[in-house]
Amino acid sequence: MKIMVNGQEMEIADGLSVDGLLTHLAVKREYTAVAVNREITPKGSYAAVALREGDRVEIVRPMGGGR
Amino acid sequence: MYDTNLVLGGKDFTSRLIVGTGKYATHEIMRQAHEESGAEIITVAVRRVSLPGKGESLLDFIDTKRFTLLPNTAGCYTADEAIRTAYLAREAGLGEMVKLEVIGDARTLFPDVQGLLEATKTLAREGFVVMPYTNDDPIIAKRLEDAGAACVMPLGAPIGSGLGIRNPYNIKIILETVSVPVIVDAGVGTASDAAIAMELGCDGVLMNTAIAGAQDSVAMARAMRLAVEAGRLAYRAGRIGKKLYATASSPIEGLPDWTS
Repeated sequence: MKIMVNGQEMEIADGLSVDGLLTHLAVKREYTAVAVNREITPKGSYAAVALREGDRVEIVRPMGGGR
Repeated sequence: MYDTNLVLGGKDFTSRLIVGTGKYATHEIMRQAHEESGAEIITVAVRRVSLPGKGESLLDFIDTKRFTLLPNTAGCYTADEAIRTAYLAREAGLGEMVKLEVIGDARTLFPDVQGLLEATKTLAREGFVVMPYTNDDPIIAKRLEDAGAACVMPLGAPIGSGLGIRNPYNIKIILETVSVPVIVDAGVGTASDAAIAMELGCDGVLMNTAIAGAQDSVAMARAMRLAVEAGRLAYRAGRIGKKLYATASSPIEGLPDWTS
């Protein structure tokens, strides 16, 4: 199925969880936050949240910035 | 000379300089500049990770045990975006402090104070330590305080402009209007600008471009540390009044007579 991750279209296995997606993309968990369809997914729910066709996922971290 | 700490969200800080993480030539130069600045609080933006996850990360160059991270909502143009960004930052484990920015216009990066007030109210109610970037407007500063802001952060001049403290009198009025800390955010170009902010009685200064954009960021970080300390000390020492004419320092009595 197709989902959008950080604005990029991606083909992933049906029913993949947020946890599975982060592992698949080799994203570090520390200081990372995830939102699916504008709603924040709490860290404790990564394994429980299954992604669905057309979901829009945002994965963010601290980056350089400020003034 | 004994000084009180800067207190934000119940946490005590001895340094009154807050620094950023943007625009540095390299992460290593940034790390050294942070060290020289003596800062205890470092502001960071919250952005999409590059995919797949790879390469060096900003946080490989910040010792999060020593420094307090201050996520900001830079780039947000509505209260809703800023609120969502603050929640994301908290979920990412960056804590309750947030440098709240609701930008009104891309060219000036001046704040949208209406959205700022709205977001401040919501986030303060939700338990965030809200540090709003605002205009040098005492009325809005007071409203932000009433809305639950932990401090107010008036701009000295536009973000990244290096124009210094353009309206010291307004900053002075803000200091007399609110009882929360006043931290000048934006506009500092060089050390004297930071010293001026502190001499006015501000509780702190936040800057990024002045250090990151300097030819020698590490040296400028040290200059800023000294300027903030010097300005603070001068404020607490109590400066002399300004006079139009001279006042001699040496006594008039006891001058030898050279008349012929």
